[in-house]
Amino acid sequence: MRKPVSAFVVHGILALYTCLALFPIILVIMNSFKAKRAIFNTPLQPPMPWNVDLIGYTKVFGDGAIANYYMNSIVVTVGTIFFTLLFGAMAAWALTEYKFRWNTLLAIFLSLGIMVPIRLGSVSIISLVSDLNLINTLTALILVYVAQNLPLAVFILSEFIQQIPKDLREAGRCDGLSEYHIFFYIVLPLLRPAMATVAVFTMIPVWNDLWFPLLLAPTGGKQTITLGVQQFLGQYITDWNAVLAALSTAIVPVLVMYVIFSRQLIRGLTSGAVK
Amino acid sequence: MASNSSQQHQLVGMSRAAYLRVLVVFLAPAILIYTMFSVYPLIDTIISSFYTKQNDGSHVWNGINNFTALLTDPTWSQPFWNAFWNNCKFFLIHMLVQNPIGLMLAALLSLPVLRFRAAYRTLIFMPTMLSVVIIGFTWQLILSPLWGIAKMLLGYVGLGFLFGPWLGEESTALLTISLISVWQFVGIPMILIYTALLAIPDELIDAATVDGLNQFQAFFYVKLPLIWPTIGLVSVLTFVNNFNAFDLIYAMKGALAGPNFSADIMGTLFYRVFFGNQLQLGDTSMGATIATMMFLIILCGLMVYLFLIQRRMQRYTF
Repeated sequence: MRKPVSAFVVHGILALYTCLALFPIILVIMNSFKAKRAIFNTPLQPPMPWNVDLIGYTKVFGDGAIANYYMNSIVVTVGTIFFTLLFGAMAAWALTEYKFRWNTLLAIFLSLGIMVPIRLGSVSIISLVSDLNLINTLTALILVYVAQNLPLAVFILSEFIQQIPKDLREAGRCDGLSEYHIFFYIVLPLLRPAMATVAVFTMIPVWNDLWFPLLLAPTGGKQTITLGVQQFLGQYITDWNAVLAALSTAIVPVLVMYVIFSRQLIRGLTSGAVK
Repeated sequence: MASNSSQQHQLVGMSRAAYLRVLVVFLAPAILIYTMFSVYPLIDTIISSFYTKQNDGSHVWNGINNFTALLTDPTWSQPFWNAFWNNCKFFLIHMLVQNPIGLMLAALLSLPVLRFRAAYRTLIFMPTMLSVVIIGFTWQLILSPLWGIAKMLLGYVGLGFLFGPWLGEESTALLTISLISVWQFVGIPMILIYTALLAIPDELIDAATVDGLNQFQAFFYVKLPLIWPTIGLVSVLTFVNNFNAFDLIYAMKGALAGPNFSADIMGTLFYRVFFGNQLQLGDTSMGATIATMMFLIILCGLMVYLFLIQRRMQRYTF
């Protein structure tokens, strides 16, 4: 990088690739605000006062279904994160802190789920969920996603728990605190940064998933936003304003989440949390 | 022996029953949910791949007949091998395009004194965050001859004649979809390799530079050998994700993965056989059989990684 020419080349390549990564996203968002004629005649032009048209958005939000799908996605994502963190931290604590006969075996049993995709069990998950009368409920989705995300959560949280100084818990025990007290009042607050990492890893795949919403909650107003938009797009495939608006509606919240959490996410990815 | 002392503490302070109760309270929720919704369904799926459903709805033992049918009976084997080879191509394209580009971007990003590093990293990673469904539709619009964006852009660089209905033709549909997937997920190898490159101490590179190596040589002779373990991990992650892929092809081409099943991969075949579609009724046993085959394929990939690749690799700790 000493020579200005090579710096120029490096920035050239990176800038070019950045454009390639962003172009489709910007193109869709830009055109979603334009009138149909402008979408087709001048697709590369940003929306101008004379060609702005929000008809796509009125269609998308018109019947109120999309707002409902957003709500479903938020409930599923927040529920999954909450239970994954709570149960994951509890299990990670027990596996790292207490020594008992089945300790290692249980740890291996749990870590199998990191690599084997839960999707392969779908045939039985469906019959299980329908036996439990949970088809078309958000509960079914939360249960499956918690099962899917627990292994990695336990793995990451265990690594962090090992770094907590032993003295802290021993001091608590000497003061006569119960094990539950030690976990919830001493250990859990110290785990906050690790839990943030796990939350970010959990959030995006759950929000974006199509498979399980399609299998477990495809109708009855229980669709998540990803499935809802997919179904909407199928219906309005020829209405370009509606399609572009629906796509933007799905893209923007994820971009906002990403901008808020990107530092956390990249730090999590680069701190060796995923090895 | 910190672990021993902590155990003694519990045993001194509380009865064995109380200790067991603590263990159960902490472990039961995670183990129960994980076993019930992840381990049990997988095992149950594998078991049901050995059964078949009679006309009266009862399930009877069928030995390995489902598997022999899937692999040899033309009604099943033709779509199965088609999906399998397509999936291999899908994986090969990711290995040949996604991972090298990821490696190149990571190598550039990890150069010393690079300005705007964080901005590049964040922006290039962005598509990876978006739903595959959204990415699929977005590219469908861009490649659509109706809108003509792709044709127009190619026209600007004088390559307009290359444009065709790539997604609609048997010969190009799979390649096009694979490249869209590459475009979306290039951020993952980039970030993982970038992390590994950052972990290499500067002294090593300085020593190499003092010995007269330029940046290129330093990368190929010093850095690259050190990050082989990460590249191995990236490859196995790519393998697992590719043989488990479904969303993108379903979003762009539907369950039939047309034209003429030319973009069909294991995930779409599984969905189609299990749920049924315009052409056939859903078949739980054969669905389970295909899922079991996918499980075996992914298991093979993991074994190759664990026993052949990871073992031979030397891990360097700094």
